[in-house]
Amino acid sequence: MASAPMQASVLKNLTEVRAMIRRHKRNDIIFAVIGLVALMIGLITLVTLFIDLVAKGYPRFNAQFFMDFPSRRAGSAGLLSAWVGSLLVMVVTFLTAVPMGVAAGLYLEEYAAKNWFSDLIEINVSNLAGVPSIIYGLLALGLFVYGLDLGQSILTAGLTLGLLILPIVIVSTRESIRAIPVAIREAAYAVGATKWQVVKDHVVKYSQGGILTGVIIGMSRAIGETAPIITIGALTFIAFLPPSPITDTAPFINFEWLSSGFTVLPIQMFNWLSRPDHAFHINAAATGAIIIVVTLLMNGLAIYLRYKIRKNIKW
Amino acid sequence: MNTATIMLNNTNPLTISPRLAKNVGRNVKERIIEFILMLAALSATFTTFAIVAILLYESLGFFKAVSLVEFFTGTEWTPLFEDAHYGIMPLVAGTLTTSAVALLVAVPIGTIAAIYLSEFASHKVREIIKPILELLVGVPTVVFGFFALLFVTPLLQKFYPDLSGFNMLSAGIVMGVMIIPYIASVAEDAMRAVPMSMREGSYAMGATRFQTALRVVTPAAVSGIVAAYILAISRAVGETMVVAVAAGQQPNLTFNPVDSAATITAYIVQVAMGDLPHGSIGYQSIFAAGLVLFVITLTLNIIGQIVRKKYREQY
Repeated sequence: MASAPMQASVLKNLTEVRAMIRRHKRNDIIFAVIGLVALMIGLITLVTLFIDLVAKGYPRFNAQFFMDFPSRRAGSAGLLSAWVGSLLVMVVTFLTAVPMGVAAGLYLEEYAAKNWFSDLIEINVSNLAGVPSIIYGLLALGLFVYGLDLGQSILTAGLTLGLLILPIVIVSTRESIRAIPVAIREAAYAVGATKWQVVKDHVVKYSQGGILTGVIIGMSRAIGETAPIITIGALTFIAFLPPSPITDTAPFINFEWLSSGFTVLPIQMFNWLSRPDHAFHINAAATGAIIIVVTLLMNGLAIYLRYKIRKNIKW
Repeated sequence: MNTATIMLNNTNPLTISPRLAKNVGRNVKERIIEFILMLAALSATFTTFAIVAILLYESLGFFKAVSLVEFFTGTEWTPLFEDAHYGIMPLVAGTLTTSAVALLVAVPIGTIAAIYLSEFASHKVREIIKPILELLVGVPTVVFGFFALLFVTPLLQKFYPDLSGFNMLSAGIVMGVMIIPYIASVAEDAMRAVPMSMREGSYAMGATRFQTALRVVTPAAVSGIVAAYILAISRAVGETMVVAVAAGQQPNLTFNPVDSAATITAYIVQVAMGDLPHGSIGYQSIFAAGLVLFVITLTLNIIGQIVRKKYREQY
């Protein structure tokens, strides 16, 4: 039984303790609110940005904008050469990055032994992922434009962007291959398949979804890249289209478009943005809104695909 | 004649049975395929090698004409003028100031967001927020440049009318918002790697979530969080379009964010947009600037990866 002085001191401690607990719980809730706000800042910025672009670019949202060439008069300047250029550059980027990247990922996961050689390659891949994009532009300028004399062409741009997204494709290939259980491979080896047969018929087949997701994310990054393309020297006032790949004389496909001058969507936006005339800023805003919609659609598609694939995994 | 008869009758140990002889062709094909895949994997190493080679080669030409002392200690950067000066300090000052502003924004918000995501958020919130953060990463940087120039700068000018149209403050702030998802995702990964038992011990003592996050989880994950900061610095230093559009392209030796200045990356863009003959000193100056940038980001990336590896090994 506690004596009277001790009871009093226990009671005093109790109120203090209760006050401290209340204070701590209050701090906890305050921090939860602050944390939620911090998370929302990114989202709020994105929404504000998009609304700003749409509000400023609204006058130019019509079909004519897509079919006009750039011109000195803001009212009749359009995106035709830009989106055609973007499309063509994306074709070359895809053809550069995907075969090399998937092959590299397959090698690193299936064939490479754990020695200094494969470590070297892995270190290089992760370093390349962190290199600023403008350095890729300098590489392209020195090596592709002047060194290999490919000129300031769609081919150069496609190769550069392909190298830029190569680490993304390699990493996503490796991760989707790693997700395949070893049992599947071992079952194939057990019935006498060679390594390549296992890779071709099983590994690639099961990892296709993950690889596709990574490729889409890489391509959406490549569409928005400006710095390397500027450094190559993409001319910004292009009032012509590259020669069409499909001609009406045999052989029905030609490759002249690869060595043609070009412009792409983000460069056109940058060019309009850099002019002091406010009327061009409207065009830039409209282009920005279009680029964001395309990028968000592609990223959203990739995220959705990844979610669906994870749900459908049958093993 | 079946295999057994051949083997019994065969006294020469070097011949192969007809059934196994088919495999020779198959083995050759396997070897060739492996070689091709290895070449693809080597492309990453080739790219790094090509970047270093090009930067060094052109910079060597530059440093034949410009002394290293003048390059690193000179205070004016005017390679394209009649009276050319080649001190890189103004560009470095521009890069440092914009990156500092960006980090002042991104580090607190990103860390708080990471703590909230890993300690407070329910599973559903995390499933929704993480894809949104990924979408934020996907927005092209030239669009953020537009936002900085035409939304943030006028907004800041309402509070501080003396702000020039090009300034490092709005570029830095927008860059900071861009970097938040990088810090948040790497730091959150680091915090999630902390074993649950440590948290449970803390909760068992009566601590709130905030106290646990601050006193138990964060100190345990500190090397991963620091790695996140280092990677964010590297990203900020390498950023091109936001600063080229919003911070201006006049090299200016100042650390005051309300001034306009050029960063290393903005200078490269500015020169590449003009017409420089291949091999001229102006052309070579962008490779020298690019070399400095590459060395800085490479060092930061390597340090960040070393720090990150250190935390992964502890559990």
